[in-house]
Order: sequence, then C-alpha cells, then structure tokens
Amino acid sequence: MAFYVVQFLTGLASAASLFLVASGLSIIFGVTRIVNFAHGAFYMIGAYIAFTLTERLSGAFGFWGSIVLAALAVALIGVLVEMVLLRRIYHAPELFQLLATFGLTLMVEDLVVLIWGPDDLVGRRAPGFKGAIDFFGQNIPSYDLFLIVLGPVVLGILWLLFQRTRWGVLVRAATQDRDMVAALGVNQKWLFTSVFAVGVFLAALGGALQIPRDAVHHAMDLRIIVEVFVVVVIGGLGSIVGAFVAAVLVSELNAFGILIFPKISIILVFLVMAVVLIVRPWGLFGKPEAAARKTPGLTVNPWRPLTSNERLASLAALLLAATLPLFAGNYALTVGSEIAIFVIFAVSLHFLMSVGGLASFGHAAYFGLGAYGVAFLAKMAGLPMIVCLLLGPLLGCMGAAVFGFFAVQLSGVYFAMLTLAFAQIVWSIAFQWVSVTGGDNGILGVWPEKWAASPSNFYWLALGVAALVTVALRVMVFSPFGYALRATRDSLLRSEAIGINAKRIQWTAFVIAGTTAGIGGALFAYLKGSVFPDNLGISLSVDALVMVLLGGVETVSGAVIGAIVYKALNIWLVSQTDLSKLVLGGFIVLIVVVFPKGIVGMLEMLAQRRRKSSPPGSPLLAKPIESAE
Amino acid sequence: MKLTVQDLNSHYGPAHILFDIGFEVGEGEVVALLGRNGAGKSTTFRSIVGLVAQRSGRIMFEGKDVSAKPTHEIVREGLGYVPEERRIFTDLTVEENLEVGKQPKRPNAPHWTREKLFALFPNLGEMKNRPGGRMSGGEQQMLTIARTLMGNPSLVLLDEPSEGLSPKIVEQMVDAILTMKKEGVSIVVSEQNLHFARLISDRAYIIERGRICFGGTMAELDARPDIRDAHLSL
Repeated sequence: MAFYVVQFLTGLASAASLFLVASGLSIIFGVTRIVNFAHGAFYMIGAYIAFTLTERLSGAFGFWGSIVLAALAVALIGVLVEMVLLRRIYHAPELFQLLATFGLTLMVEDLVVLIWGPDDLVGRRAPGFKGAIDFFGQNIPSYDLFLIVLGPVVLGILWLLFQRTRWGVLVRAATQDRDMVAALGVNQKWLFTSVFAVGVFLAALGGALQIPRDAVHHAMDLRIIVEVFVVVVIGGLGSIVGAFVAAVLVSELNAFGILIFPKISIILVFLVMAVVLIVRPWGLFGKPEAAARKTPGLTVNPWRPLTSNERLASLAALLLAATLPLFAGNYALTVGSEIAIFVIFAVSLHFLMSVGGLASFGHAAYFGLGAYGVAFLAKMAGLPMIVCLLLGPLLGCMGAAVFGFFAVQLSGVYFAMLTLAFAQIVWSIAFQWVSVTGGDNGILGVWPEKWAASPSNFYWLALGVAALVTVALRVMVFSPFGYALRATRDSLLRSEAIGINAKRIQWTAFVIAGTTAGIGGALFAYLKGSVFPDNLGISLSVDALVMVLLGGVETVSGAVIGAIVYKALNIWLVSQTDLSKLVLGGFIVLIVVVFPKGIVGMLEMLAQRRRKSSPPGSPLLAKPIESAE
Repeated sequence: MKLTVQDLNSHYGPAHILFDIGFEVGEGEVVALLGRNGAGKSTTFRSIVGLVAQRSGRIMFEGKDVSAKPTHEIVREGLGYVPEERRIFTDLTVEENLEVGKQPKRPNAPHWTREKLFALFPNLGEMKNRPGGRMSGGEQQMLTIARTLMGNPSLVLLDEPSEGLSPKIVEQMVDAILTMKKEGVSIVVSEQNLHFARLISDRAYIIERGRICFGGTMAELDARPDIRDAHLSL
C-alpha cells in the first residue's frame, strides 16, 4: 500500500513541471491564438541556463535565485522572439505559425548542443531539499514534496493574477475578442508581448525546477512538448484549471501505467485521451470554439486540371527522369530513389493538408508504419517482396484509420497537436517494445529481391510508383470526392449544410494519405534494407511539412517540386555541416516569413502577373492596422 | 470641427465598399448617419477607428490626422466606438467589462466613473458581478455604451444603438444619449430608425450603397420627403 502512495506522490511531483509548461502554452494560445511549438525549447533553455547559474552561484539563495533568474532570462529571450518573429505572423494561417515556432525549436536543439555540449548534465540538489522522507519503509524525496506543494501554489497565483489585476482582466478580454480590446484603447502589441513573456517564464521555470530531479539533455524539449500537447488536449486549450487537472491526470497515468504495461505505458495515456476526445472534443475544461473560417493558404486561387500541353511537359519530365540510370552512378541512383520515395511521402501529406485542409504534424507515423509493415512481413512471415510491398502499407492504412478517426474530430491547431501526439506514441511503441520491433536497433536485413536489387531497377520502381501515386492523387483532387473534400476544407458548416458527411470525408482522406505514406515507407524499408524508430519520428514529419510548404501549400502538385528540391538540398546539407537542424530551422522560419507561397506558388503568381499587365491593388491603400485579427 | 471625414474609401478584399465618404461633426453635436441595412454605416465607423485594414482618405479628429494610426491610438485620442454587435466580453463580469474600457482622464471630455455610469444605467448597478454572457440584449447594449464611456471619450461613434431593443429600453437609450450630449460628448449615431434618430440628432447624413447622398439638419431632411422615401425604409 505504501508503495502505491509513494507512486502517487511521485506522479503529483512530476505534474508540477508539466502544469507550469502546459499553463504557459494555454495562456499564450488564449490571447495570441498561436500554439507555441517552441514552448518545449523554452523549457529546455530554462533548464540549461538554470544548470549553469546554479553551478556558478553558491548557497541557498544562489540556487533559488538561479532558478528564478534563469526563468526571467528565458522570458526575455521569449520577448525578443515575439517581437522579431511572431509579430510578423499573427495574421498568417495557423499552419505557418506552427511551422515557424517549430523551426525555432530545431534551431534551439542545435544551439544548446553547441553551447552546453551533447552530454547529459546532472544538476545540483536543491538546498534544504536534499534528503528523503521515510514513509512506511518507502523513500519520498523531500524535493518531490516541495514540487507537490508548488503546483497548487502556482495555480493560485495565476488565478489571482487573472482575476484580480487589470492585466488579467485585459488578457481574459483579449482571449475572447482581441479587436474589441483594441477598440477600447488597449495596445494589443504590448499585451501580446507581456502574455508571451509570462507563458515563456512559466515554461522556463518548469524546466529550471526539473534540474534536481532529472539530467538536463538536448532532447528534453520534444519529450515535454508531446506530453504538454496531450495535457492541453485533455484539459482544454486556454484553461489553466484544465491544464492543472490534466497534468495531474497524465502524470498519474504515467506513474501507474508503468506498473501495468511496463513496456508501453504511454498506451494508457492514449486511451484516456481518446475517451476524452470522444466525450468532450474540446477538452475537460475547454470551451467549444466557434468554427472559424479556415484558409489553408493565403489567397484564393481556383485549381484547374492540367492542360494537355502541361500534361505532355510532365510526361516529358518523367521520361527525362527515367533516363537517369543511363548516365548516373550508383550513389546518384540511390539518392534518386530516395527523392522519388519522398515525393510519394510529400504528395500524401499534401493531399491531406492542401486538399483536405488538415495539417498533420505526425504524418511520418504512417510512413514508418508502412516500413515496419514490410519489415514484419519480410522478416517474420518471409513473404516475397511484391507481396510485402502490396501488404506492408496496410499497416500504415490501419494506423491512419484508427488515429485518423480521432484526429478528424478536431481541426486546426488541435488536429496538429493530436497528430503529433499520435505519431510520438507510435514512435514510443517502436522504441520501447524491443521484443517485437527491435527497439533502437531496428529491424535489419530487409533487402529487395533480385529483380529490384540493382540501383537502376530500384530507381525505376520507385520512380514508377511515385508517378503513379502522384497521378492517382491528382485525379482524386478533381473527382467528386476531391470536390467534397475541398468543400469541407473551405467551409465545414456549409459543406455539411449541403449534405456532405464532413467527418467521414476527412477520415477517408486521412486514410488515403496514410496509406499513400505507407507505400513510400514500404519502398524506403527496401531502399535502406532496414527499419528504425526514426522512420516514424517527429523530424521526418517536419521534413514532410517543409516539403509541402516549400512546394507551395496552395498548389495542386507543388509538393512534387518541394520534395525534390528539399530532399536534394537536405542530403547535400547533411554532408556539409553538423548543424543541419540549425540551418533547417532557420530555413523554415525564413520560408514562413519571406516566402510563404513556396516555389510553385511563386511561379504561378509570376505567370499570373504576366498575364494581367497591371496587378490589382490601390496605391492609396492605407497602412494595414496593427491589431491582430 | 470635432471630426472631419474626407474621401474615405474602404475595401474588403476585392470588394469596394465605401466611396469618397465625407462628413463633419461639430463640438457637442449629435449627428445621425442614416441608411438601410448594408448601406455602409458600420463599415464607415469601423474604418474611422481603423478596424478595416484597407482604407484610404483623411480622418481629422480635433484637428489631428488620425488616419494612419492604429486602432488603440485613435481610441486613446478620445474617439470612442460602440460596435453594432455589442461585443460584450461574455466571460467577464459587468465590472470587469468596464475595467477593460477604462482610460485616463481627459481634459476636454467629461470624466465617467463607475458610479456615474450606474446612475446613468441603473440596471447595470444591480448586476455588477454578473457575467456579460448572462445579460439581456438591452442590458448588453447599455454595458457596451458604458464600457466605451469608461474611456472618457470626447466623441462617440454609436452603431445602431436601438437595434433589436424593446420600446421601453429604447426610451432609456434616448435618455442616456441625451445625458451624454448634455455632459458635452459629441456623438455620431448610425440608425435605420428615423423616428429614433429624430429624437436625439441635430443633423443627419444619409448613406446609400457606400456613398453619402444627403447631408443637412433634421428640418432640411423633413423638407425633402423624396430623399427620405428613396433611401430610408420607414
């Protein structure tokens, strides 16, 4: 019995940091409507800076002072980020905001390694809380008790801040109607900045407070952000009480889940999240949001099928690509195959994102599931390659069917958070369930059969499948199903009013996209001869998003170009620098801020501008207002 | 002149909504902006306070050109705005709603306190701690006006204050507007209801399809039944 009590208290202690970070994310989202992906990064920087400061400053005051100082320093960094980056993208579609803050996260990951090195850092113990308390023969670290008390205290302080101060009243008002707050004479710019600073302060404080409990390392950002997303989805985005309750719930589920499913404890959290989503899609303490008009892109530009000339040109490009084995060496062919596979992956996400308006931040899950499907079939069942290639993607299909069902219950940022959390769950299973998946060591020796073994044959196979998939998805865009899907994207309410079963259409699109990604993953397994958890990791999901964005979100087939350019650049970049995440992150931020239409989008715009000699737009146009709508 | 609007043009995306709108409001005057649904009354107000991004023209307030300023700075000059849809903060109590509107005292405008506003709108004083979401339409309309007055404006743009209210509440509204006038607040009130406008206004402009097509005193408007009948539904 005592053991369970201790386990319970450990759960409560873990909840403290989780609550701090989650409440920060919620507060920022409430006012700015930005889901700050970089929140985990701020948490991590908080821990690193606190580590350095506690090493330098001695004594009890030094320790606690360092914790607060670290959080303040990170809040200052947050203010800079808000002023330099976020202020430019408050008006942008949410996808761009998510991507920009994600790019920031990538940059931070490389930067902390650059500054603090790649090794885990073990911090000082908190003065006055170094010992443990004996509880019927079980030890409870006294620092855990401190954290258990801290959680409700912070909740109380936040409550007072929001209920009893003018700032709090303004923030709550802005959460509901930002324009009206501006129309009453409040400078939103500084309100937004201060809110962001408070949110980041909480995240950094959460990170700094972890150092006596856990080692500081450069991957702690992703771990916390996934848990935080789960917490805010369960608790309801924008609700601080919800963040508290859900943080406790998730931490307890983790603490006891380990006892029930030692290997795959995360399953329990997933099950609870699934139940909450079915009963209350907006979370336990959240409020249902009015369906906002969604614009996946920036402008309205009607899509049309290719003209016959354009079809011929595409065919010529394909034939040209098919001649690669005639003059290129084995390495180039392998790179070519990889690019073709990523074209499949990118067009599958593009279908979901641009046609369906559902930006998935965990699309790699289905790519990786396809790869694992092939590996299981080939290694365990010993099936022939062609059968594996046909059946392997079914695992991606099934995964998409299950997760997609829940994911399409939500939209916008909730959808993005949920898909990311699902992908991370799949990743954890692949990582932890060593007896089946081989864990970190992956599954090796998945080689193609003789007929596809030579680099040129495999290249043709990959190219052929990529062409087939691209054409099939394109045909679907201009089919009745495609029209219905685009209708649900443009206006969910209106599409339902004309009798479209929106959820089912979106679910179908999710499954199609997941299966297609699985096809890419199946080929990828054979290309690499092995499967690893990384094949369904977050960075691969982000690769896909960047490919789509680079090609142009608003285009019909921009993803093809985006995948080719991005993958080629990426392979080259990785061979040139160790700081690929820093460069990639900076690149993402740059695209979002300066180049949001992507390559194909830009080309289309230029072509249009040439057609119409004088571009529309009035020279008398007043400066756009600064209020964020 | 308190407020002078010249050559105001506004667009929503590709749609041109307002065409060369121009009008004037004198010190302490109540001016009605009359027109049918969709004529451009609300857009005119939204453009003046900078809530419409695509606009051009000159907006002179107390001798200063405010057309290039962001919304909150325009409002802080003393130009208050009461939106048509009321836009009460439904999660906030009456007192908190008033707090959001609070701005420092202004030398050239009457100073409003909570007590003064509760005297002007007695209903609000009886529900200080009620959330805005649980108030009737009339109470919300009072709250939205009181909230704007907390900013101590010297001029208020009142967008259709009588819309959807019961006759009894409309009477209270007339009293409140006349009290505001007496205190020295200049008012531009947009209305479809000529009867209501006549009770409070010194002068009127008529707007139709985004253009001003009449401007004059109420007596001048009465002398032109042709214009009245063509542009206003009675």
